[in-house]
Amino acid sequence: MTLVRADRPQRSPAASRATVSTPADAGKGRRRRRGKHQWTAWAFTLPLVVYLAGFYLYPLYRNLDLSLHHYTVRSFVAGGAPFSGWDNFGQVLHDPTFWPAIRNTFVFTLVSIAVQYCAGLALAVFFNRNFRLSGLLRALFLIPWLLPLIVSSSTWAWMMNSESGVLNYALHFIGVSPVDWLTSPHWALTSVVIANIWIGIPFNLVILYSGLQNIPADLYEAAALDGAGSWQVFRRITFPLLRPVSAVVLLLGFVYTLKVFDLIWIMTKGGPGDSSSTLATWSYRLGFGSLLPQFGPGAAVGNILILIALVFGLLYIRVQRSQES
Amino acid sequence: MTVPTRHRRSVRTTVIGVVLTAIMLFPVYWMLNVSLTPQQDMRKDPPDLIPLHPTFEGYKAVLNDQMPYLLTSLLIGLGTVILTLLPAAPAGYALAKLRPRGGGTLSIVLLIAQMIPGIVMAMGFYGIFLNLGLMNTWWGLIVADSTIAVPFGVMIFTAFMSGIPDELLAAAGIDGAGTLRTFWSVVLPVSRNALVTVSLFSFLWAWSDFVFANTLDTGGRLRPITLGIYRYIGNNNQEWNAIMATAVVASIPAALLLVLAQRYVAAGVTAGAVKD
Repeated sequence: MTLVRADRPQRSPAASRATVSTPADAGKGRRRRRGKHQWTAWAFTLPLVVYLAGFYLYPLYRNLDLSLHHYTVRSFVAGGAPFSGWDNFGQVLHDPTFWPAIRNTFVFTLVSIAVQYCAGLALAVFFNRNFRLSGLLRALFLIPWLLPLIVSSSTWAWMMNSESGVLNYALHFIGVSPVDWLTSPHWALTSVVIANIWIGIPFNLVILYSGLQNIPADLYEAAALDGAGSWQVFRRITFPLLRPVSAVVLLLGFVYTLKVFDLIWIMTKGGPGDSSSTLATWSYRLGFGSLLPQFGPGAAVGNILILIALVFGLLYIRVQRSQES
Repeated sequence: MTVPTRHRRSVRTTVIGVVLTAIMLFPVYWMLNVSLTPQQDMRKDPPDLIPLHPTFEGYKAVLNDQMPYLLTSLLIGLGTVILTLLPAAPAGYALAKLRPRGGGTLSIVLLIAQMIPGIVMAMGFYGIFLNLGLMNTWWGLIVADSTIAVPFGVMIFTAFMSGIPDELLAAAGIDGAGTLRTFWSVVLPVSRNALVTVSLFSFLWAWSDFVFANTLDTGGRLRPITLGIYRYIGNNNQEWNAIMATAVVASIPAALLLVLAQRYVAAGVTAGAVKD
């Protein structure tokens, strides 16, 4: 199935309707039809607009409201929490978890997408050779991306178990001493990054592969005639022509990886200590992680996360726009 | 290049491909292996790399403990598909063909909506649901889960429906069909592929959701399978064969999706990111 560009040039509906009446008449009728046309168009978008207002805007508003009030469990249910301005944000900024969480969020995100991208690109180039079984194998590569995160996270957690995990057994086999993957503060972040890379490779592979498919084959033929080696072909043709797709995959990967929560929470809960806490897990821990929930600060951390996501999200939109024009 | 060497090179490439795939899928294999390992062998050193004494104890435990969770997830998944299609399909048609004023802004809003972290939405929904008394209900969870899929759904429908030839819609108009009728009996039937893609993904995402379930439905009568597994890990963290057996069962929809609708999956992954 091929999906067609959404912004494909369209014949304007008014132009295709030829009328036989006088010019003045036609102008009036067209305007009326135009107005009716707009009404119909809006009627079709109305369910979505209502949906977005009720199920996106309202929760986001509630979240903002939470972060600007001093909520307790009682006022959370009964209402009447006092307005506290930026207090929650101030509290969060001075919390000893703040800088570790920021650092971990960026390390987790950047290392994940860097490795995912390189692995995805190498695999895409490899699969682009279209050997026997390549279609089947490419499909199998999608599995990690499709599995529920709780499934992949708990599988990795057991594989990384200090005493009985198969990973430590493999290390033992090659003569390396065992690692406390999830229980040592030095390794916890690395461990969740490894699992996250595994989950994200298919996404990179699929998108980069489809980008490769769009590179005209005659470019490769011309390069082959000129006697270019495969590394040269990659450096001079594949990589430069893939740059727009690469920008999309990296920015989108960034925004998606920034909000990863399930994986880290299931594997380490952000611990030990704060060693694998990111903004997402910290926000959750503040709001729901203990018997004394701190909804205000939790929502504040969530809003900081949105802000970071938005910066890169808008960058992504800009890149996409410039590619379309 | 002579034919035999080319053939040999192609075989070599296939072998490399198979090895790479095997490495990539090792965790999946390991999940299957552990799900069949008897409890007393679980902490054996070295671990059995293949299930030498396979047991179905873990799967028996799944049948005994997890059936209600699985059925709940099925219900929530199907509900989410419906709630996703209802606003997404007409909006996709409008954005692709009817060009409402402000349509461009709406598309950007949808792009941004996709970037909002689930945990933030969960906290907002938590506040709302608590006040409205919707906590721990399966349909509250359907509402929350649908937010993962609706922006994606609109984008898929828009991309797909702008490929429908204008002549087809004009012909329906000449035959006297109004916009609604054209949408229902021309646009939707030819958009079957988009419908399948959006349905598959919204089902899979609702089935896999953990964030919303763990914040909005922890005490309900009907809880989804992701919480079933999470509870398992928390309660009896020794019985890893039962945990992994549940994980295997919870992976069935993903596996089915891959077998039955592989081309839609790849198309869906790509369409979310690049339009070409």
